[in-house]
Amino acid sequence: MSLEKKYAKEIKQILAKYPPEHKRSAVMPLLYLAQREAGYINKEAMKEIAHLLDITETDVASIVGFYTLYHDRKAGKYRMQVCTDLPCALRGADEFLDKLCGNLGIKVGETTEDGLVTVESVMCLAACDRAPMFQTQGPDGIKYHEYMTVDRTMELIEALKGVKE
Amino acid sequence: MTHILLRHRDVPDINKLSVYKKNGGFDAFKKAVTRMKPNEVTDVVKASGLKGRGGAGFPTGMKWAFIDKNNWPHYVVANADESEPGTFKDREIMESNPFQFLEGLAIACYAVGATVAYVYLRGEFWELAAFLDQKIAEMEEAGYLGDNLFGKDYSLRIFTHLGAGAYICGEETALLESLEGKRGQPRVRPPFPPSFGLYGKPTIINNVETFTNVPPIIANGADWYKNIGTADSAGVKVFSLSGRVRKPGNYELPFGSTFRNLIYEHGMGIQEGRPIKAIMPAGASSSLIVVDEKVLDTPMDYATVRTLGADLGSASVIVLDDTVDIDWVINKTIHFFKHESCGKCTPCREGNHWMRNLTERIHQGTGSGEDVSLLLNVAKQMQGKCLCALGEFATMAVVTGIERFPEDFKKAVKA
Repeated sequence: MSLEKKYAKEIKQILAKYPPEHKRSAVMPLLYLAQREAGYINKEAMKEIAHLLDITETDVASIVGFYTLYHDRKAGKYRMQVCTDLPCALRGADEFLDKLCGNLGIKVGETTEDGLVTVESVMCLAACDRAPMFQTQGPDGIKYHEYMTVDRTMELIEALKGVKE
Repeated sequence: MTHILLRHRDVPDINKLSVYKKNGGFDAFKKAVTRMKPNEVTDVVKASGLKGRGGAGFPTGMKWAFIDKNNWPHYVVANADESEPGTFKDREIMESNPFQFLEGLAIACYAVGATVAYVYLRGEFWELAAFLDQKIAEMEEAGYLGDNLFGKDYSLRIFTHLGAGAYICGEETALLESLEGKRGQPRVRPPFPPSFGLYGKPTIINNVETFTNVPPIIANGADWYKNIGTADSAGVKVFSLSGRVRKPGNYELPFGSTFRNLIYEHGMGIQEGRPIKAIMPAGASSSLIVVDEKVLDTPMDYATVRTLGADLGSASVIVLDDTVDIDWVINKTIHFFKHESCGKCTPCREGNHWMRNLTERIHQGTGSGEDVSLLLNVAKQMQGKCLCALGEFATMAVVTGIERFPEDFKKAVKA
């Protein structure tokens, strides 16, 4: 279904934030909406957003390509994004990531067999004092998980298995 | 000492509107709108000595005074793109003391005649943006945002806008590009945002912590604020302390507090009681300070930290103990900057690519002494040639790491 039909109210609310002559500003919030719908941003959504904002599909694609939180291909239902930047690494983030991947039997960037979780290594998430930490990016948006251990993460994954659409 | 910014640590539930109000909340905004002219507000902020808390330390009142009064409308944008490795203060302020931040933003809008403001949050602050939306709605409901505020001919609306994972959007002109719906790449300056900002209109951009300082300054006056801190740096600062300390976290201290006070009194010292090897006072963008007793007793303000060969920046103090190899540190920071370089200017795009190849080789133990000199050479070639500060930041830890910790690199290439 088209975004415009399904999310008419949200789209109107988003557009109201910006001056009508600068509605291009709405491209980022609309991309989040599209990503929520499909788990990633497909060509059709980019086309529709371009049309809604009077910009080209190339403009929209360039935004998707530039920002790391937009994805143009499918991955696991949840992306588990572990920060391994310097302050987190000083508190054991690299070891945490290695152990987690070992437990799941996947490498960084890969998805578990059931399609539930893709583990990724990402840049700073502004939670340096609460490492090891990661965010999950999924159908319900982005959530932070801090002071994590591998055991607690495995419990979280079990809980995510039970989450209904 | 009671907190001026992290007031939630003294006043429980201050993130509730009724509690904030009961504790003097919105008095400053009301005072500004009903009893002061816009330029008088700017004058008080100027006289207070408040400097930008995002890292650059530019005098806030002076920035506000630069706004072009011949071109309208005006905008104010709050920079909540907090993404520097080692920085996590704005998040705590917005989560726990949101109204003081929003009130400061509102006062800034009144001072420069803006009727619309945006809060640009990094995309990862998804839940926080929803929380702020709710707080903004409560302010509208209570008559602190909307039309004819306090019965005066002044209207104001605040909107949140989420980025999507790009450190570069913390650079103010890249942030504006992003807010306009484009890739977040810095603009060539001048013109600066106070004359050519959002949608080409005069715009003031300040960091979240900067705005949060404004309500108490307006409420208590410039002299009150100036008496806190040092002659060079007035007021208080939220220091984000991380790395090998026992108790990492945010600590609000007056400027002029020492590294020793921050690390040993507040951070409870180093894990396993080990010695400190180096301090990075401004996150991944820092120069590395070689630590001795004298350094630990250095008062932290913008001017004095500079005498140690480093900038205080956003005061994101990363502590490295004697188990940490500096070649590993710069490999980490360069991976970050390589990833976050926006690609617009050649020195930063190419320089970070080659620095990454070199630091990786050195850290893997397959590099040579020549690689170390080449790395230093590339970093120095980049300095002064990049379009924005990101390229400059990337070189800081590399240059000071190699120059101040040569033993670590000798060991790395020999091993």
